Amino acid sequence: MSTPADPQPALMLADQLPALLVVVPMLGAMVASLLRNGALGYLVSLIVSWVSPVIALAMLWQVEASGPISYAMGGWAPPLGIEYRVDEANAFLLVLISIMAALCITFAPRSIASEIPAQSRGWYYAMFLMCLCGLQGMAITGDAFNIFVFMEISSLAMYALIAMGTDRRALVAAYQYLVIGTIGATFYVLGAGLLFTITGTLNLVDMADRLQPLLGTRAALAGLAFISVGIGLKLALFPLHLWLPNAYAFAPSVATAFLASTATKVAVYILVRFVYSVYGVEVAEAHEIDTAIVLLLAVLAMVAPSIVAIFQANVKRMLAYSSVAQIGYIILGVFLLNEAGLTGGLSHLFNHAIIKGCLFLAVGCIVFSTGITKIDQMAGLGHTMPLTMGAFVLAGLGLIGVPGTAGFVSKWYLIQGATEAGLWWLVAAIVFASVLAVFYVGRVVEVAWFREPSPEAAAPRPVPVEMLAVTWILAALCIYFGFETDISAGVPAEAARILIGGGADG
Amino acid sequence: MRLDVILRVSAKLMIPFIMLFAIYVQFHGHYSPGGGFQAGVIAAAAVILYAIVFGMREAQRVVPPGVVEAMVPLGVVIYAGTGVLNMISGGHYLDYDFLLADPVQGQYWGVFVVEVGVLVTVAGAMVTIFYAFAMRGRS
Amino acid sequence: MDLLESYPLLQTIAERYNTWAVILLMVSGLYIVVAKSNMIKTLIGMALFQTSVYLLYLSPGKIIGATPPITDTAFAVYSNPLPHVLILTAIVVGVATLAMGLALIVRINEAYGSIEEDEVVDLVDRQDKAEE
Repeated sequence: MSTPADPQPALMLADQLPALLVVVPMLGAMVASLLRNGALGYLVSLIVSWVSPVIALAMLWQVEASGPISYAMGGWAPPLGIEYRVDEANAFLLVLISIMAALCITFAPRSIASEIPAQSRGWYYAMFLMCLCGLQGMAITGDAFNIFVFMEISSLAMYALIAMGTDRRALVAAYQYLVIGTIGATFYVLGAGLLFTITGTLNLVDMADRLQPLLGTRAALAGLAFISVGIGLKLALFPLHLWLPNAYAFAPSVATAFLASTATKVAVYILVRFVYSVYGVEVAEAHEIDTAIVLLLAVLAMVAPSIVAIFQANVKRMLAYSSVAQIGYIILGVFLLNEAGLTGGLSHLFNHAIIKGCLFLAVGCIVFSTGITKIDQMAGLGHTMPLTMGAFVLAGLGLIGVPGTAGFVSKWYLIQGATEAGLWWLVAAIVFASVLAVFYVGRVVEVAWFREPSPEAAAPRPVPVEMLAVTWILAALCIYFGFETDISAGVPAEAARILIGGGADG
Repeated sequence: MRLDVILRVSAKLMIPFIMLFAIYVQFHGHYSPGGGFQAGVIAAAAVILYAIVFGMREAQRVVPPGVVEAMVPLGVVIYAGTGVLNMISGGHYLDYDFLLADPVQGQYWGVFVVEVGVLVTVAGAMVTIFYAFAMRGRS
Repeated sequence: MDLLESYPLLQTIAERYNTWAVILLMVSGLYIVVAKSNMIKTLIGMALFQTSVYLLYLSPGKIIGATPPITDTAFAVYSNPLPHVLILTAIVVGVATLAMGLALIVRINEAYGSIEEDEVVDLVDRQDKAEE
């Protein structure tokens, strides 16, 4: 704090980037709610969501050049004040969230016009921007209670995004998500409160230092348990995933695509931050039985939802169960407790967001053109909508993990991590789950190309150019990140090295 | 003589004092328990009491739904706007030192303005929620 | 008080009466969420559960005989103001969640005609099967 005698030096725009990343979407959401018009709301969202990737990329570049960025909110220096802290582990997550938001908003106008009633469209864009603000705040903040505040901002916006469509089943899905999500957030507050009581601070870096002598106490372990379960409810870790299939299946297409790519990923980041930076790898290594239980749950998460996905009739619900399975991969990578595994987990976080975003946006194009939601109704769609289904197939190949796609890179690191840990049954499980993915993706391919066009698929409306362009940009990124792994695997490797090396430094 | 004369007279007596108490809590948030959220809820309670006793049409004549719906984002704009003002003046976001020439006065008035923002949003949100629920099923 | 002092276990239990209140509220709140089918009852249970967490944070913050943090030589022992501010934020979040949940229940009631979760989920499943 400065005294009247010596004022602090004025800050440049480049120093204000962390705060701007959160403030710009928040102000955009308020402007959109004051305007209350669908078209103007779209314009505001477009501007805000294309400014955010610029800010996030600038911060990623800054972190790579000169190490972690620390921004003191309100001028109060940490550990007393709230600190926004960007290092390798969350810089690329911020880039991911903002780019997915920008692409989804570019996709959105005609899709929203067909799925949301006219008087709600302005509010829809306002809720989208609040969700973006909450997710980015969650990823950037370095204060344990601030995480809860942004978590609930993004969650409330998500419940609204899911429920605003015309499908009345979405209301029930949003309600169930609300109850389960709020219990998860309250468990997180419980855990953070226990940590605050024993360490006396809420700043994550300071908490890590003060927690070191207290690691064996029951309060510290109970805090970790509560935080893990609370975040597990948010990230839909099997068996805490019951809200996800219905929420993704009945929400409007743009909402599903955005949520599937970002919401669970930020929760994974929070879990990684607590397990690796605040507690340290040694705690997880010391509690072998608990780590083994989590690995077992991750394997169940990879296999069981994949099997359920094969028998689904609704294409969005099939992709939702596939999402639960992919989160199993990510958690497997995180809890392998070695650098290759963590790199695989973080890399799959990034790649899966792009792959699932592309798949759900392709389904959004299909829903816009034909209103089809069932896989059986998609018969012959490969002939009547070749471009959309082509993007779907490319992303599906990425989901399976075919060499040359982004999915292969992250699964390669996961297998490397599993062999380093000496757990060969995990390698077998990873391969088996990928084979299951062949079945549920292959089912859609078979129906779309090898059958006669069904009456719904016979005469589709032409897909608007912006929707097709965004879907194909993401499909191209799936292939691009299979070969150029600087951002998708290089930055996660660097982040894994920092996190395992004792993350709280710098 | 109407049957609800007791209610109407006591409500007319109490509502001004409830509003006054809300403003008292708002201004004394600096020195004692209080502040924007508590004051906003009390102010909204006064409006809701008026709506319950005198009817929705009367209440919406006095406090129009469009105004309270606009109050909700407006308060956040006041709050975030103060923060942005600090950023423009060269400090961190919400660093009230840079608001006025004297940092101590800047801190005092900065917190005051953001609490006003919180009051506006919370009062608007509570009344909007009440209107939304109470008008469901009516035109 | 003699009774308590002659049984140290009883004294330990009685001293921590705030923790017992937290446990009681938390367990009853979670039970209501899991066991009750009426959606409004579920939300009430959720609110109970959140209240127990607020108590858990707040009760260690107040020290008997302590004052707010006033920097004057006359006041030496301070209560910690940080938990109060944190819990105020959490209460606001809880109010917003409750409002959102109730709004969803009103819409579900208009769409399905019932607020019993068993009946509504049954209707949703039937609509799913009918579409297949």
